Amino acid sequence: MIAFLTAVLASGVRTGTSVLFATLGELFTERAGVLNLGVEGMMLMGAMTGFGVTWLTGNPWLGILAAMVVGGMMALLHAFVALVLRAEQVVSGLALTFLGSGLSAVLGSPLVEVRQVDRIPTWPVPFLSQIPVLGPILFDHNFLVYIGFLLIPLCWFWIYRTRQGLELRAIGENPAAADVQGIKVMRQRILYVAFGGVMAGLGGATLSLALTPTWVEGLISGQGWVAVGLVIFAGWDPIRAMFGSYLFGALRRLPIDLQNFARFRANPSLGYFTSMLPYLFTIVALLTVSIGDIGRRWGAPAALGRAYVREDRDA
Amino acid sequence: MVEMRDISKRFPGVLANDRVDLDVASGSIHALLGENGAGKSTLMHILSGLYRPDSGTMKVEDRTVSFASPLHAIRAGVGMVHQHFMLVETQTVAENVVLGDRRLGFRMDPAAIRDTVAGLGRESGLEIDPDALIWQLSVGERQRVEIVKMLHRGARLLILDEPTAVLTPQEADTLFDRMRGMAQAGRTLLFISHKLNEVMELAETVTVMRQGRVVDTVPKAQVSHRELVHMMVGSPVLFDVTVPPVQQGRKLLSLRNLRVENDRGQTAVDNLSLDLHQREILGVAGVAGNGQRELAEAITGLRKLQAGTIELDEFDVTGSNQRRMIDLGISWVPQDRQHTGTAPNLSIQENFDLKHYRSARRGPFLDRAGQSRRAAALLAKYRVAAAGRHQPVRLLSGGNLQKVILARELSTELRVLVAESPTRGLDVGAIQTVHELLMEQRSRGVAILLLSEDLQEVLSLSDRVAVIHSGRIMGILPRARAEADTIGMLMAGVVPEDMTT
Repeated sequence: MIAFLTAVLASGVRTGTSVLFATLGELFTERAGVLNLGVEGMMLMGAMTGFGVTWLTGNPWLGILAAMVVGGMMALLHAFVALVLRAEQVVSGLALTFLGSGLSAVLGSPLVEVRQVDRIPTWPVPFLSQIPVLGPILFDHNFLVYIGFLLIPLCWFWIYRTRQGLELRAIGENPAAADVQGIKVMRQRILYVAFGGVMAGLGGATLSLALTPTWVEGLISGQGWVAVGLVIFAGWDPIRAMFGSYLFGALRRLPIDLQNFARFRANPSLGYFTSMLPYLFTIVALLTVSIGDIGRRWGAPAALGRAYVREDRDA
Repeated sequence: MVEMRDISKRFPGVLANDRVDLDVASGSIHALLGENGAGKSTLMHILSGLYRPDSGTMKVEDRTVSFASPLHAIRAGVGMVHQHFMLVETQTVAENVVLGDRRLGFRMDPAAIRDTVAGLGRESGLEIDPDALIWQLSVGERQRVEIVKMLHRGARLLILDEPTAVLTPQEADTLFDRMRGMAQAGRTLLFISHKLNEVMELAETVTVMRQGRVVDTVPKAQVSHRELVHMMVGSPVLFDVTVPPVQQGRKLLSLRNLRVENDRGQTAVDNLSLDLHQREILGVAGVAGNGQRELAEAITGLRKLQAGTIELDEFDVTGSNQRRMIDLGISWVPQDRQHTGTAPNLSIQENFDLKHYRSARRGPFLDRAGQSRRAAALLAKYRVAAAGRHQPVRLLSGGNLQKVILARELSTELRVLVAESPTRGLDVGAIQTVHELLMEQRSRGVAILLLSEDLQEVLSLSDRVAVIHSGRIMGILPRARAEADTIGMLMAGVVPEDMTT
């Protein structure tokens, strides 16, 4: 039993890393008061680009870099439409998801045949990976997982312990108050939206270069939406986002790990049921927080999704 | 400290500041007094960098300045506390105070920030718990945070926009003490107000503004209440309206001890009683925001009464909803024509039908033919300049929009008309039409409650003038005794000596 749980948690951490990156990115975007529902599209483009560039260059790190650049550029498109042109953020984000799905399918079609590319290497931490239970769960992974470990406290520190973090929270809560204090609201919002895209691209590439080293159309299969849900589930807090992401990873891997049990192999509908769990969890999280003013108490940035224009005349 | 010369600022359709000069001495408490719309806030927004003037020059501490943003102003030592506070509710007092301060390092030290803010609070007498979250604070405390924030940024001139508007009297007294303390410590304070009492209590120098211009700047010691009021309201030129003599009818609407709350749950109408007679226009004069809107909404059944009774023709209608009030013959011309008064994207005819749909129907269906006939007739009768009854009302000018509303409200069997600022923002011709329509209704026997900020209008039309201040009726004067100065003082919350006897 312990061996089984260890395996589930270890694969949970590994699988959850891709959604963790996307979640942290969207968390910063939303903290700045911008809703970007294009995560799924940016992850798809990131996954496709990362895989393609790795196939062309033979270097998975170049693939990762390219994925981050592409994710960031897509997010800038959202920033331009939603912030500069002040279009409806929900619509612009959805459009970005459609764009990413379509574009990644078209541009990635030659890649579907590619079977083998170099993947991000796995590096068991010396000594630490030998610790029973904890070793396999935390210290026997590919490099991206460790980058995830590092990012979580860094994100926390940025939000709660730096001047930039204070300004970030202010522009998401009351952009007018930040503006009066001389903070460049628009510029900061654009930067955080771009950061969200970079992270979504990284998350997508994590999937195609470390977890399932292939490219197929729709590889992300809704994980971008899960990231959007997890940001809410996490109450816009990076530490809780970590737990959510790894929990999602574990749930997602559960059907595969359960294949070891004869009873599950015998009943395919149980497999479908467990495959559904992570998405059900996302929907429930979204519903709970959207009901009434729970969202407000849960910590939603007050200006989330609202364009900010300096009022020229208040009668 | 401050020298403003020839400052002009134009907004679409309004000259908000017209060649304004303002001098403020260092270390003084200076009041900017005037009615709503006199241009006080605009002038202060220019001084604090929120607006840029169209023309004119400014000097702060003898240096010529031109502020592109509030940040530039605060760097020059000018800080403004807005009427609507600019605070981040979910952050602590300390975080709000240091927000945007570039002197902070990359890493914030919460303890150091807390100490700085607490120290600043002690120094200025504006003590406040640096760890409290803004949403937990009372309005008065939030205001302190705003002031401390400006002090932290090094404001030597502090501008306060109607600082007592949101405070309880006790909070206001404390604030006045602190303001005097800060002035003694060498800071300059400039506050906007339309309340005479607080100006007389606090200010050393008073600048009075009216219609975008500075009337005069005077030391407080050399001026009386009455002189200030006169400067504020001027000598109104009355409208040319013929008020035909009519025999006042019986009492129609009787409000007894009404108490009504505003949207924030504060008392907006406080123990108010009024009687309204047939063939009478009762003008209610008052500065905006003194309970007029809440009063109108209470009478029309939109707003719940906390206490008191409403009688219509000696029949208790307290607690009736708006439909019942309509059926009983109470019509309403709301102040907000574009949103409350009409549905902007619907056509003129549809806007008529919003009220008339129940009388124009065939079984469960709308009587389209009847509605069209009625709409066409109303358009002709009220001479609405429109492309036709299907034109969306958002395309109408203010005057024609108001005619549409009046056509709708006056074409029912009405007994009482509540008219809120019915001519606000209209041109002279439209004002004339509206006034004539009101007079016509008066002759027909309708009892009209005219709530207006426009003193000229109230004095020209009313049979009696009631003055509302802080939700209370300060006094009711018959037309013959209603003088602009007296009304002006009552509007400011001061009862003139000759009235107390």
